[in-house]
Order: sequence, then structure tokens, then C-alpha cells
Amino acid sequence: MSTFQIFYLNGKPIPFKQGETIMDAALRAGEYIDHLCHHPEFRPHGSCRICMVELDGKSVSSCTQPAIANTQVDSSSDEMIEQRRSLLQMLFVEGNHICPGCEKSGDCQLQALAYQNKMLSPHFKHFFPKRALDASHPDVIIDFDRCILCELCVRASRDVDKKNIFCVDGRGINAKLIINSPGGKLGNSHFSADDKAAQICPVGAILPKHQGYDIPIGKRRYDQQPISEVDMDNQEKDQQK
Amino acid sequence: MKICQFTNDIIASFNQQPDMLLQILIKIQRQYSFIPQQAITQLSKELLITEANIISVIGFYAFLHTKARGHYDLRVSHNITDQMLGSVKLTAMLTDKLSVQLATPRKDARVSVDLTSCTGMGDQGPAILVNGKPVVGLNKKRIEIICQLIESGTPVKQWPAEFFQIKNNIQRKDILLSDRSDNGAAIRALLKQGAQKLLQQIEHSNLRGRGGGGFKTGLKWRLCQQATAKQRYVVCNADEGEPGTFKDRVLLTTQADKLIEGMTLCAGVINSDLKRPCKGFIYLRGEYQYLYESLEQVLQKRRDAGLLGKNILGKQGFDFDIKIHLGAGAYICGEESALIESLEGKRGIPRNRPPFPVTKGYKAQPTVVNNVETFINAALIAIHGSDWFKKVGTEQSSGSKLLSISGDCARPGIYEYPFGTSIKQVLVDCGALNTQAVQVSGAAGFTIPVQYFGRCIAFEDIPTGGSFIVFNQQRDLLDMVKNFSDFFADESCGFCTPCRVGSSLLKQLIDKVHQGLASNRDLDEIKKISQLMCKTSHCGLGGSAPSSIMDTLAHFPQLYQQRLKNMNNEPVFDLDAELQQARQLNGVDNV
Repeated sequence: MSTFQIFYLNGKPIPFKQGETIMDAALRAGEYIDHLCHHPEFRPHGSCRICMVELDGKSVSSCTQPAIANTQVDSSSDEMIEQRRSLLQMLFVEGNHICPGCEKSGDCQLQALAYQNKMLSPHFKHFFPKRALDASHPDVIIDFDRCILCELCVRASRDVDKKNIFCVDGRGINAKLIINSPGGKLGNSHFSADDKAAQICPVGAILPKHQGYDIPIGKRRYDQQPISEVDMDNQEKDQQK
Repeated sequence: MKICQFTNDIIASFNQQPDMLLQILIKIQRQYSFIPQQAITQLSKELLITEANIISVIGFYAFLHTKARGHYDLRVSHNITDQMLGSVKLTAMLTDKLSVQLATPRKDARVSVDLTSCTGMGDQGPAILVNGKPVVGLNKKRIEIICQLIESGTPVKQWPAEFFQIKNNIQRKDILLSDRSDNGAAIRALLKQGAQKLLQQIEHSNLRGRGGGGFKTGLKWRLCQQATAKQRYVVCNADEGEPGTFKDRVLLTTQADKLIEGMTLCAGVINSDLKRPCKGFIYLRGEYQYLYESLEQVLQKRRDAGLLGKNILGKQGFDFDIKIHLGAGAYICGEESALIESLEGKRGIPRNRPPFPVTKGYKAQPTVVNNVETFINAALIAIHGSDWFKKVGTEQSSGSKLLSISGDCARPGIYEYPFGTSIKQVLVDCGALNTQAVQVSGAAGFTIPVQYFGRCIAFEDIPTGGSFIVFNQQRDLLDMVKNFSDFFADESCGFCTPCRVGSSLLKQLIDKVHQGLASNRDLDEIKKISQLMCKTSHCGLGGSAPSSIMDTLAHFPQLYQQRLKNMNNEPVFDLDAELQQARQLNGVDNV
């Protein structure tokens, strides 16, 4: 155990190994830091900025920042919560998110984080982008309105499925997810509902067809408990296995 | 020639290397005015990159298109300096006369007109790129002639030569611009002193990066030298995109030899054991494509003289050569890790750091990325020594700085000053009268009001990459703020949430203020978004995008206050505007 060093997350000591990120060390220690584009199975990405924390007063993204011994990391101050709330609101107004009608409601990380950070309204002016839905695939539907550009599907399809089906095109507010297939439709690609990329979307952008509302709204993952508790419980169960 | 054949030839000329994708696309774009689908399919097959990936690279760079542009593709430089010289009216005249709409090619495919970010001609604007070639000093007469030339189908090569004559406008010289050392002098100094001693000289000189960052050059070179490597790379950042700067254009025109000398020196230092290969790149912004040929000639001349290539100056194993890579219209590629991504043929998205390029840069190998001016200074230090260099400037900022001066002054152009020169002095020298403010270091820089004119150009006071835009009392500084907020919304790479969404939100809010429709609440909102972007953005672009807004809010609050429609902290709601769409849809106008 001598290889472990310590940093402090909201006052709690967190052990870490040299080179480990703040996020990885915190999650391993059972401490949740809000995040969207991060996924423990993938290399740190650092685009959503939801996991921003203050490291000895300096703003850093905890999923990419290696932990530093004996530093104080703050993720829970009012200021941090407000900052996260604003970033979440930006993600909400950038796309078209209609939670009450979304099959992912209650299972959606964006929605769950919004609840957790006490977001009561989108606050900013909506962009109302026009993005066409792609229902061309027999088993999976893509609703681009809900895409938050976390690139988890891009990474899963490239690194796990080895299919390279997704890409981000354009730049700035016009950045958008595109599909590698003739005509750009999912139905013309080699995508399968069994792909890792089909199961990794944190929001309701990539959804399975032919099933809906199997679990009623109100009884879903994040309906009963905040995301921080659900994810940490799941992790504990995984570790026990 | 058939598209397939042309594409294949280009791919072959780049040895079928996937990391040459951007360079290949630029050549295809130049041939066809866009990247045809056939070419994309071909590229995908030959380079083993998915079609979507190729499309996403095209979509990232402003100068690449998947749909045909006009036979004459015009891009009007849209910087605030061009606007101050009348570019808005001239653009309207241009599109009027040609009966073409911005961003949409004319139906007969003869011509397309677009706006583009600063083309680096601030001292001789308004400027325009015609099929990539800069035409400067636009005025009504030139616009008329241009329209005639286009309508008559005159090839751009036959347009009047004076249209393309770019002036250097060197107004003040100091140690750098007045140096007359022989070619090869810095390399000879390296071979005489040895790499370690020379690196000590660079460190002792306290040379700091001239692109704006100010990182210690000696330290950067040492870190790169010490990093484990299969190969090391020297990259010159000639992606001078900061609005209002053009000093690298002049250095690339007049001091190319010394730049390459500085890069060669760097190669000799970071690869001191000469055991591994070392390669160099000049990343030249797309707007400066017209300098490509002359730079190639300088490279060839130096190879012929034994100053570049194998066994440089007879030193066994001292091998170093340089390739020029072109950019294609992306401001973010001036950020060093985005530049490296672009060198690798990808979208220019800044990387996560650490690791830094000095340990993992181009192709994950140790890489030094320095600005044009930095390399030239390094060469001078090798020749004349660090003590000579430290005699100029201040204690913390040794040497000189080139300023690109534009805006409201009698003598715009290039001014080289010792660090520590006051803003006031610069304004006197360039003939600026009744100055209201100076924007130093470009859109990402600082708005300096009169009360700070006693302050100095120096890393410890006002640091700058070199842009220096003068605004007199008659100017509305909010025009500048609006121009810059449009610029950042256009140039945000879209990777991280705060910059992707925040830059567009700021653009909307600044527009609202500019149109006189905002309330105090909107100003609070602007401040809040600005702070959020500064704190949470992935890279410096998002972090510095709100700087002119924050500075003008602090120093010129009346700019905003006098335009407010409503002084209360309540939202301003324009009922008529909000109902407009519904009225159109219903075909009624009486509701």
C-alpha cells in the first residue's frame, strides 16, 4: 500500500496511485463526482466539463487531471454546484430535450444530474436546432435532438466494436454527430443493437426500437435515488461480484 | 482530368499516408473548388479512413467544402480592422454588383462570396482572398474592376499585379529586423559550442515564447531533449490567426532564412546525441498559402548550401529537414496541441494535457512547437550570445517584440520595440491621435483604456503575441466587441460545452446589446457566461473569448449602459418579434 498517496476531496482523504486521475481515484474510493462524457471503461475525454472541480483553488476537469498528493479538491461548494448547473443548462438549450416524452426519462444521466444539481429551468435561450431523427435502422433509433456530443458512442464504436460508425462533424454550435454509411443513415451502416455503442448513450439519443416503457416512469434508475447514490451502489455491487 | 485519376495522383504524391489527409484535401479543394463525393470515396479506400471521418475533417476547416464554390471563390476579411477601413460597405457593393448572396454560390457557378476571419493584412486592408490569393487595399474602384474581371472570366493570374502586391511596411527596426548575420552563422555557433552549451545560452538569455504564451524557450527545448523518444520533431507555428497580427507574415517574407536557421538549431539542441532522426514542419496558415513557393525556394537553397538535409555543414549524422504543411481556415490550430492534431491530418481539437507536446507531441513523440519570431530570436542568441540579447528589454522580458500595428494611426505596419516600451510611446511613433483605446494581443487580448497608456509591452505588464489595434475617439468600441464575439462563435472548435454553447450565447447577447434591445439583466447574464467560460473551458480559446467583453464592461461601462432599452433587471420582451413566425405561418398580420 506504500504506493498510495492521498488527496482530499471535500475534506475526505482519497488514496491514489501515481498518475491516476482525480475522477478514477474518487470513484474507486466510493466518492461520486458528477460527470457525463466520462465512462470508467474508456480513456478520459474531458469535453462535457461537468466534472470540473477546484484543485487548490484552480479549476480543473477531474476526469483528465492526475491527482496530486496533499491537495484539497472541492466539488461540492455552492459555487461548484452553480457552475455545474449552468453547464447542464447549456446542454439543455443546445439540443431539444423534452423529458416528459422521452423514453429515457428516469434513466437519463443528463436529467438525473439536472435534478441532483437542483436545476429548475433551462435558464438560457433555447437554440431550437433542426435535427432530423434517424429511424432507418431495424433495431435502433437515433434522435439527434437529444445528443450532447459526449462522444461515448464514437469511442465505443471505434475502440470496442471496431466499427468506427460515428464521428463529430462541423465546429462550434454547429458541431454534430454523423454516421459512417452511404447517405449517412444508420440503417445503411453495420451498426447492431448488440454493439457497445448501442448501449452506452447517457441520454436518450440512441434508443432500442420495439420496446418502450417496460419499466414505468417513476420506477426507473434515477427516479428513486439521486444519480450519485445509484452509481456508487452499482459500483459496490460490481466490486462484490 | 477525371476526379478519380486526380485524387489517386495526389494520394500517391503523399505516399498514401493517412496523416497527409488535410494536405491532400487542400489540393483537391484547390482543383475542384470543393471535395467531390467521388474523391471522398477514393480517399477512404486508399487511406483506410472512414468516409464520415473525412467528411468531419472537411467540416472542421473553413476553407474546405463538400459542395461546389464559385469558379471565383472570394473571401472578404472580416476583422474589425477591415471593418474600420470600410469592408462592410465594400462587401455589400461586391455582392450587389455580382448579384450574389453571401455564402451561396451564384446560380451560374461563376462566383461565390464569403466572409472570413482576419487574413493578416490589417495594415493594408480591407483585404480579400480570391481563390486563396490575397488582394489588399480594397476600395470602390478595385471592387468595380474585380467585378468586371469576374464577369469577363479573366483568369486570376491575369489580374493586375498591383492587386496582389503585399507591402512589408516595416516602420521600426531593432535587434531582430536589423540583424545582418550570414546564413549558417547560428548553426556554426552550435557546432563550435556544442548542444549543451548552446542550450545554456538560450536558457540564460531568458528567451520566452513570442506567440503570446511566454513559456521559457530554453526550458521547452531542455524538456524535449530529456524526454525519451524514437524521433523528435521541431514545429514552427506559422498559423498567425490572432485578429490584427501580421508580423509573422512579414518575418516569413523577409527573414525565412533565419527562421529555418532557428529551427535547425533547435533540432541540433533537442537531438544532441544525433542518434535518432529529427524532422521539422512549418505549419503555415491557409491565408498565407501565397508564401508557400518562396518558402520552398528558401528551403531548397539551404539544402543546396548544406544548411539543411543530411550531414548539415559536414557534421556527420546531423540530419534535419523541414516540410511545409498548410492550414485551411481554423483559428484554433494556433493552439499548439490543436496544431499538432492538424499536422496529423485531423480535426484541430486541442488535446488533453498532460502530456504536453514536449514529451508527447506529433505522433506521440517529443515535439517543440515555437512561434516564427521565437525561432528567429533563438538563432540570434546563438550568433551573438545571451548577454547581447539581455541588454535589450527588461529584466523579466529580455529582447525585443514585433508589433503589428493597425487601426486608427497614420503609419500602420511592423514596429520592433525593446520590451518595456510604453503604449504611449508606441502610439506617438505610429501617429495615433485622439486614441480612445488599444486592443493589445488581438481578440483574445486586452482592451487598454487611456489611463493605462503608461503601461508597457512586457510579459510582466501587458504581454502580447503582437497584435496592436488602435481605436480613436470616434469609434464605437462595441463594434469591436461584437466583431470579436462573432469571431469566437465562428472559431470555437465545439469540443467542450462552455465554449461551444457559451460563445454562441455571448454572440446573441452582445448582438442584443448592440441593437439596443438589452436590459441590465442581460449584462448580468453576459458576465455570468463569461466567467463560466473562463473557468471551465477546455483550452485557451474558450478561456480568452470573453476577454474584450470583460475589459470593456470594466473600463467602458457606458458603452453598454447607454444602449440598454430597459435599466431594470427584467427581461426585455419584444412581443412583435416573438409573434413574427406565428404570423408568417398563419398568413395573418393583424394579430
